[in-house]
Amino acid sequence: MSSPAAAVVQAVPPGQFPGGTRRALSAVDQAADKARLKAELQSKINGMQNSRPSSRRLPTVPVLAGILPGGGLQAGAAYSVTNSTTLAMALLAGPSGAGAWCSVIGMPTFSVEAAAGFGIALDKLVLVPHPGDQWLTVTAAMVDVVSIVLTCAPQHVAPSDASRLMARLRQRGAALVTIGPWPHSEATLSVTGSNWQGLGSGTGHLRSRRMRITAHASTGRSRTADLWLPDLHHGPWSTSMSPSAPAAHSESGQQEFFSRPARAS
Amino acid sequence: MKSSRSSQTAPASPTTTRTMALWCPDWPITAALREYLLPAEHPVALIGKGEVFACSPSAREQGVKRGLRLREAQARCTTLTVLPYEPALDARNFEPVITAMEKIMPGVQLVRPGLCVLHAKGPARYYGSEERAAAVLLKTLAAIGLTATRVGVADSPFAAEHAARATEFLEDPGADPVWILPPGESASFLGSFPLEVLEEPALAVVLRRLGIRTLGDFAALARADVRNRFGVEGALAHLKASGFDHHSVVVRKPPAELDAVVHCEPPLARIDELTFTLRLSAEEFVGGLREAGLVCTVLVVRLQSESGEESVRLWRHPRWFDADDVLDRVRWQLQGSGNVEHGLSSGISKVQLQPETVEDLSDHADGLWGTGPDENIHHGLARVQSMLGHGAVLTAMVAGGRMLTDRRVFIPWGDPPSEAAAKSRDLPWPGQLPGPVPATVFDEPRPVQVLDGAGSTVDVDRRGLLTAVPAVLVVAPPRQTAISSWAGPWPIVERWWDSNGRTLNRFQVVDESGTAWLLLLVDHRWWAEASYD
Repeated sequence: MSSPAAAVVQAVPPGQFPGGTRRALSAVDQAADKARLKAELQSKINGMQNSRPSSRRLPTVPVLAGILPGGGLQAGAAYSVTNSTTLAMALLAGPSGAGAWCSVIGMPTFSVEAAAGFGIALDKLVLVPHPGDQWLTVTAAMVDVVSIVLTCAPQHVAPSDASRLMARLRQRGAALVTIGPWPHSEATLSVTGSNWQGLGSGTGHLRSRRMRITAHASTGRSRTADLWLPDLHHGPWSTSMSPSAPAAHSESGQQEFFSRPARAS
Repeated sequence: MKSSRSSQTAPASPTTTRTMALWCPDWPITAALREYLLPAEHPVALIGKGEVFACSPSAREQGVKRGLRLREAQARCTTLTVLPYEPALDARNFEPVITAMEKIMPGVQLVRPGLCVLHAKGPARYYGSEERAAAVLLKTLAAIGLTATRVGVADSPFAAEHAARATEFLEDPGADPVWILPPGESASFLGSFPLEVLEEPALAVVLRRLGIRTLGDFAALARADVRNRFGVEGALAHLKASGFDHHSVVVRKPPAELDAVVHCEPPLARIDELTFTLRLSAEEFVGGLREAGLVCTVLVVRLQSESGEESVRLWRHPRWFDADDVLDRVRWQLQGSGNVEHGLSSGISKVQLQPETVEDLSDHADGLWGTGPDENIHHGLARVQSMLGHGAVLTAMVAGGRMLTDRRVFIPWGDPPSEAAAKSRDLPWPGQLPGPVPATVFDEPRPVQVLDGAGSTVDVDRRGLLTAVPAVLVVAPPRQTAISSWAGPWPIVERWWDSNGRTLNRFQVVDESGTAWLLLLVDHRWWAEASYD
């Protein structure tokens, strides 16, 4: 239901403003200002009118906040990530950086060193690598105490169990991030393109990565952003520029992370 | 005579306390023999800081003595059993001795493990005389297996201690090793002792320069003069030398019994039965601590099985133990010892709960409005732990190492962080992975295949060179992707002199779909160590 917060996102869905219309608007400066102001106010109204019982937003990494419905991770919502642990770590990094407790359940391959590189506080990270057949009980117990839970959901979850867990999430104001599909997810994030720099044929080593991330909201709308991971060790949100930044990076501005005009996928 | 004169000159005359001292010679050795159940004549040496700290009489006969280097001691006595010196062990083993003494004579003061003093007046009246009281004491201690103890009775704890030590020089070897100084004779007894027994080396040096060589000479000085010249410490030493002691006997208050011991008759073989039986005792154990105003933060659980095995484990708690936590620890200890649930190798016959560290309850009390979110976290995680086991809920640390699995250390929730891990992280680790860290690290490397253009496996020759250019990556489930870029081999040779060492080559590979892999080539076989997904 929630509409994108246009003020936060530079990425504007092209369906609303086709390129031609937008150019015509920008001919008259004042009209453009008005339109922007209107969009800003509209987004504020939308934020206030949100029908979700707990519309509190968890701190989110800016570039992901731009493509997530509602302008960030919502407390009490579930998100699924299809094929990337890195992306899941980026989702966790926002709340963890703000001092929230995080939990990772059922992911024995989760690399804590990479997580620490993302700015996830390891002393507030709780891991349950092998919950066994008590996955649901453990996840429910974790939802009670931590703010964000990352989990690898089992193949088959009974719909009643899933809705009970969702009810608990809403009650506790925690967020759930699942690797793999989840029936009630607010948005499904996936890496649709990945490009590595630094590696040749037999030379160099991996230095940096550009990821194209697509978020399919449950409303059917999808948004895309490009994520630049200059060096995971220093945290992708540091403001320092990567020396090996490609041309695409410099044209977008000062941020290491940048969103580019989105296109429907 | 001297003492009476000096007490006349003193402004406040010091009072004498008839004191009985019990001395166990070589207590550290006796304690070690009792702890490790060694025969009394076995040559034993206790080692502290690489040198012999104490040795048994049989070792001494062979030339081992205090202060000798370990190697030298072992060379002199080849059958020597070497044990580390643990002061805690001394104190722990002296506890039954004090308990036995307190049963027959109240008011015991522990000076140090191996030496204790008590008021002689009460026992002397009860048993008829000081000699008989001393004989009863020796007999009681012989009953618990201590035969080499000695007793001295004198006017002050200091004199009594030295009287007990002097029993070595008694003429009659058959008699009880007891030396009783009649009242008023302590000063003349101490008179012939050298100044070193005062254990004041600086004072002894000065006194020797003044021509004073024995305690008797020292005691002959006027107390006021000593005090003016040598200050408070000098005056106290003077008191000791004159057969008085500024220390009176400070009676020990027996500590409250905080341990809980449960005997299971018949022995219980099922964990749920055992925890059910223990529940009441655990609650009493925690309740007893709470009544004493204490909480337990470190607990020792001692389990004894029917067949005589013993399992001892120290458990820490991030806050403090309540009854449920205690039961959880007992359960985890049983599960963790390799037994499947509900099936122990033999039944448990005895469970002992000992509070290793107790803290004041007021330091751990909950605030009026709760103590914040961390308390909730703890309760929630303790719940998950009691469902899955102690080692199932983990916090993680980044450690040092070359392989990615070495670089992470998991710590069960509630255990203290590993210092070794924190230390190793700051070491240089040449050969560690450059650049970003993979987000997925496999617990066990997964088998993959790397093929060249012609479809044969790529390998590294003896000179460390690739036999062919890698072109195709095959990952299970059989999925072939072309390799778009790669780098390697990066050799890692760890402890090549050791059979547990590692020799392998590392590769970074990016496949067509843009996924990067960290591959290992070990013994001509390819493995995926991690994936940058």
